[in-house]
Amino acid sequence: MRKILLAVAATIMLAGQALAGDVKIGIILGYTGPIESLTPAMAEGAEIAIAEVNASQEFRGGYGAAREIKGIRADSTCIDSAAATAAAERLITSDKVNAIMGADCSGVTTAILQNVAMANGVVMVSPSATSPALSTIEDDGLFFRTAPSDARQGQVVADILKEQGYKTIAITYTNNDYGKGLADSIETNFKAVGGTVTLNASHEDGKGDYGAEVAALAQAGGEILVVAGYLDQGGKGIIQASLDTGAFDIFFNPDGMIGESLPAAIGADLNGSIGCAPGTDSPGAAKFGEIAEAAGTKVGPFVPESYDAAALIMFAMQAAGSTRSQDFKGKIMEVANAPGTKIYPGELGKGLKILRRGGDIDYVGGSSVELIGGGESAGNYAEYLVKDGAFTIIGYR
Amino acid sequence: MTDVLNTLALVSNFIIVPGLAYGSQLALGALGITIVYAVLRFSNFAHGEMMSFGAMITILVTWVLQARGINLGPLPTALLALPLGIVATIGLCLATDRLVYRYYRQKRASPVTYLIVSVGVMFLMGGLIRFVIGPNDQIFADGARFIMKAREFKQMTGLNEGLAIKSSQGVTVLTAVVIVAVLFWFLNRTRTGKSMRAYSDNEDLALLSGINPEQVVFIAWIIAGTLAAVAGTLYGLDKSYKPFTFLQLLLPIFASAIVGGVGNPLGAIAGGFVIAFSELIVTFAYKKVLGYLLPTGLAPEGLAQLLSTDYKFSVSFMILVIVLLVKPTGLFSGKTL
Repeated sequence: MRKILLAVAATIMLAGQALAGDVKIGIILGYTGPIESLTPAMAEGAEIAIAEVNASQEFRGGYGAAREIKGIRADSTCIDSAAATAAAERLITSDKVNAIMGADCSGVTTAILQNVAMANGVVMVSPSATSPALSTIEDDGLFFRTAPSDARQGQVVADILKEQGYKTIAITYTNNDYGKGLADSIETNFKAVGGTVTLNASHEDGKGDYGAEVAALAQAGGEILVVAGYLDQGGKGIIQASLDTGAFDIFFNPDGMIGESLPAAIGADLNGSIGCAPGTDSPGAAKFGEIAEAAGTKVGPFVPESYDAAALIMFAMQAAGSTRSQDFKGKIMEVANAPGTKIYPGELGKGLKILRRGGDIDYVGGSSVELIGGGESAGNYAEYLVKDGAFTIIGYR
Repeated sequence: MTDVLNTLALVSNFIIVPGLAYGSQLALGALGITIVYAVLRFSNFAHGEMMSFGAMITILVTWVLQARGINLGPLPTALLALPLGIVATIGLCLATDRLVYRYYRQKRASPVTYLIVSVGVMFLMGGLIRFVIGPNDQIFADGARFIMKAREFKQMTGLNEGLAIKSSQGVTVLTAVVIVAVLFWFLNRTRTGKSMRAYSDNEDLALLSGINPEQVVFIAWIIAGTLAAVAGTLYGLDKSYKPFTFLQLLLPIFASAIVGGVGNPLGAIAGGFVIAFSELIVTFAYKKVLGYLLPTGLAPEGLAQLLSTDYKFSVSFMILVIVLLVKPTGLFSGKTL
């Protein structure tokens, strides 16, 4: 009996190795759930990168001849950790992916990393998980992200506020991981540059009336109200109620609040308010825009980051000459950062060729990739000012 | 003296003015629930969605009027559209009664059955509303936004604290006063109103004295539909219209009706204001108030807030539980319609 079992196990292992000949990248994003409107374009971003590499016929990844790469989608649901873990488990054990592009939301990303990716030793590159907690998490060197941590955004917010001469601020945040993480980061950073935070309080989304929340913020006082919420949700309600009661006149809007619908809903009273959101004026962003448009994909939030995440995985495989995560996990930082030839979107084939000949590349991509710390984007932010009823970019940092 | 005036302006701005408006909205909603309870003897969980439906029709008509350039000057156009909203809501109530509630009335179903049926009606109406207008925020307020702006008040009086009064708040309170006055006149002075009160007091006796039960039920739905449409529109005008918020609103409205004593119109109004003001008073931060009133140096460092605003809705429940424990029949017990 025991011998039979052993034989079966050995056969399965052999079969597994035979299947491993295909190079596969799992694309795990929340195709259902709270950000389901963003994820199709993100997945397409990653698939554009894979298609570009396949068309170039330059990918070897340790094999003698050019190899095709396949992207396999799986649903992270954004909020259900158990479902996301199961989906990732299936990608690794049954689809036998070599790496994962994903996940999207911070909560499920942490769950997949700890329960599946680390257990199986598979590299994960997330395009959109921004929780500061992911910077310090134990990851065996397997986790990277092309999105900046909200800790970085907190720093940018604090810098802008200080430069504009604000000394006391009040913060209100949407009551979830994103809002709480960002608000805490802003508070820490603003205090570090010598400012005072009068109150850091949460608000719930989807309520009809924010009068009580605004009353508490008004009593705490402050020269400006930082609204770390969502523009179509409680964030808008807070701003409206603040203006109605005369509690605050000027607002700071982090990335969740930047969008055309906010000034449209509030009107002229929003003029003079400021904000920031990930953004770059690098030539890579424009180039990616052209490529995406040609492929029929609308460039939305985190789409360039998704393209870059997939590209980094393939470059690292090429540089390591292996498709095993343990071999190429150390190469991701190398291909993303200087020194080397700068590689922009649409030049993935050129980059692979350089790597194949033993050269070095510095991948810039669509989101100006520069990985710092444990492997996360340094983060480029655009600074906004509301002028004549519209968000206008007034600078980059 | 200035300190006292500043305190007064501050408290008015954040508690009294919003409390009066919110209280009026709750009172109108609770009145509708109370009328249905007094006559049909069940807790109508669909009342929140009836409010939402009335507001939705009003919004749709408002949009048509706005597109044609018809408006009321400084007053919101919605007031012009409101009668149509009321008619549509009454129509919905009567249709629901004909299709659903009448069947259970003839079977003499128990109040629990009614309650569950009304929950079903609530979900059905909620689905219908989302089907027509969608789940998103709708903006339909127009006309002058403020009666008094915070900044103007400061310049006018020279005080530190501003006092803002939105036109929607003024409209809400005035409309509520008119509606309540008309309702009480109807219940106490007219023949039909008296027959309703008789029916609500003692059904069998009323039937024996020749009161037509179907007519009483008919009138009750007309009143409930009117109250719902008015309350829903005023709430949407003052806060914002979003179908989901009316499900949340159902809780404080029920609390208002029960705190006042279900079935008692006066109690519903008192209950509405009790709930509205306690929500605001308990979650308010008194830092600045104490700063003005206490001698210098004694002002608190912290916010002096009793309860975080996260717990706003729980205040209604706390009051509800306390009232049910201490005086289960409500504050105004012993009287019905």
